[in-house]
Amino acid sequence: MLELKNVRKTFNRGTVNEKKALNGVNLHLNPGDFVTIIGGNGAGKSTMLNMIAGVYPIDSGVITLDGENISRKPEHKRAKYLGRVFQDPMRGTATDMEIEENMALAYRRGKFRGLGWGISKKEKEFFREQIKVLGLGLEDRMTSKVGLLSGGQRQALTLLMATLQEPKLLLLDEHTAALDPKTAKNVLELTGEIVESKKLTALMVTHNMKDAIKMGNRLIMMHEGRVVYDVAGEEKKKLAVRDLLQKFEDVSGGEFANDRMMLAD
Amino acid sequence: MSGMLGTFEGAVAQGILWSIMVLGVYITYKILDIADLTVDGSFSLGGCTCAALLFQGVNPILALFIGFLAGLVAGAVTGILHTLFEIPAILAGILTQISLWPINYKIMDKANQSISQDKNRNEIKNIFMRFQEITGLELREATLVLGLIIAIVIILILYWFFGTELGSSIRATGNNPDMIRALGVNIKITKLLTLMLSNGLVALSGALVAQNQKYGDINMGTGAIVIGLAAIVIGEVLLGWIKNFGGKLFSAVVGASIYFLIRAIVLELDMGTNWMKLISAVIIAVAMAVPVISKKIKTRRMYAESVEEDMVKEETEC
Repeated sequence: MLELKNVRKTFNRGTVNEKKALNGVNLHLNPGDFVTIIGGNGAGKSTMLNMIAGVYPIDSGVITLDGENISRKPEHKRAKYLGRVFQDPMRGTATDMEIEENMALAYRRGKFRGLGWGISKKEKEFFREQIKVLGLGLEDRMTSKVGLLSGGQRQALTLLMATLQEPKLLLLDEHTAALDPKTAKNVLELTGEIVESKKLTALMVTHNMKDAIKMGNRLIMMHEGRVVYDVAGEEKKKLAVRDLLQKFEDVSGGEFANDRMMLAD
Repeated sequence: MSGMLGTFEGAVAQGILWSIMVLGVYITYKILDIADLTVDGSFSLGGCTCAALLFQGVNPILALFIGFLAGLVAGAVTGILHTLFEIPAILAGILTQISLWPINYKIMDKANQSISQDKNRNEIKNIFMRFQEITGLELREATLVLGLIIAIVIILILYWFFGTELGSSIRATGNNPDMIRALGVNIKITKLLTLMLSNGLVALSGALVAQNQKYGDINMGTGAIVIGLAAIVIGEVLLGWIKNFGGKLFSAVVGASIYFLIRAIVLELDMGTNWMKLISAVIIAVAMAVPVISKKIKTRRMYAESVEEDMVKEETEC
């Protein structure tokens, strides 16, 4: 359903800060795949997600989604197909707007926004039902400003908003990395439940190797802008953290000692 | 005494006509977080367009509407410079403002156009005089009442608009552009529309003021952005407890009226209008500085207290 063919991206080309972020990425996703992505800092994980979302244009290669070439489409047009949750909990919601207003904005993702009322009575009921899934009691605070919520609550809300209008592909960019361990665990569990119940196709970047093994049906490792390891099904289930570390050592030539991946374990 | 009361009533009426401009500034400054400097030019544009049309014998209501449209175009120019060519908003506004000088002059073919009479020397009955005839009020009161009606109608329209799907996405554009782009909104379009709407209102205000003072002048918008920001700040300080969006718009109107009241007092004290520029700037600077300073003082106090506590602790431990 998602196909990346030889996708390349270099930032600051021709300057001393030149950085080859994606170095010919190839990836094929089947419908219903829930893929976790690991790799060191600068491996190109976030860049790949941003390229799929259209945050920056790619230098070369092709990105197709459900047979449609989206390589040159601007970000706001691709949004129709994509649900996104960012690392920063502040980025996914509008602080000064109410919870239900935020949900109404998300519910219209990819749709024409005209002069109809921004949120209908029926939708308010619908959103109230939907938000109960989070189990945070937010259904009683629907008209509270999002700015009053904690980072974890905002991230859970963003996750719900990203899937309110069912996306073809869900992009999760280290969406639990900025949360405290307990909240991170809750949001992660919620992610699993939502992806499973809606049978979504998803890509999840994480620094936590245990999470990467536990979640989803497939795991890929990136290094220096390429996919260097791709494992699915039974084989993935049998993985242990030390296998991944070994694999990582193999591809990076043992230079991982300072990496955040170690700390995350 | 009654003369002075009359002066102040006139000042409030003037403030209400200018408040339409303040509403325009409000939606760019408060919703999009852009201080749009087009305003000085588009206010004059509305006034000059309206004056030129009235002089040609055009219906005063139609002239207001065309003034509004002219403002939309001015806003679109700033919007295109800012979104399509990615020129910073402040600079884009200045460029449009400067460009409007010769255009405003060309529209009237002179720097100042009286609109007491049209080109055939017939008396022009502006909307305030017409309203006076219908209601039988004094002209000053008729101006006040009609101005207030127009302001309230515009507030209601804005309240409605910013509750619609499109209006909500504009509010989100100002609040969190990353988020709303990820939700499929082209923020170039929302910014462009907001700048157009804003400058349309500013120009409409200029057209109303021109009709009220019975002349159009290429200088009439000079300093308008400062007046707009000062009025917003005054409204916020006095009516800051209002959280409702419609109420906030209304407090901008109140702020504009009070601004012109202060101005009338300054004039009454024979201080001259020039001082008003300094006063406006001081009002804005103080209103923006106070929250920053009070926060710093608070932080310092908390620090001082915690240090004292530690010292006390150390002493007792010794």
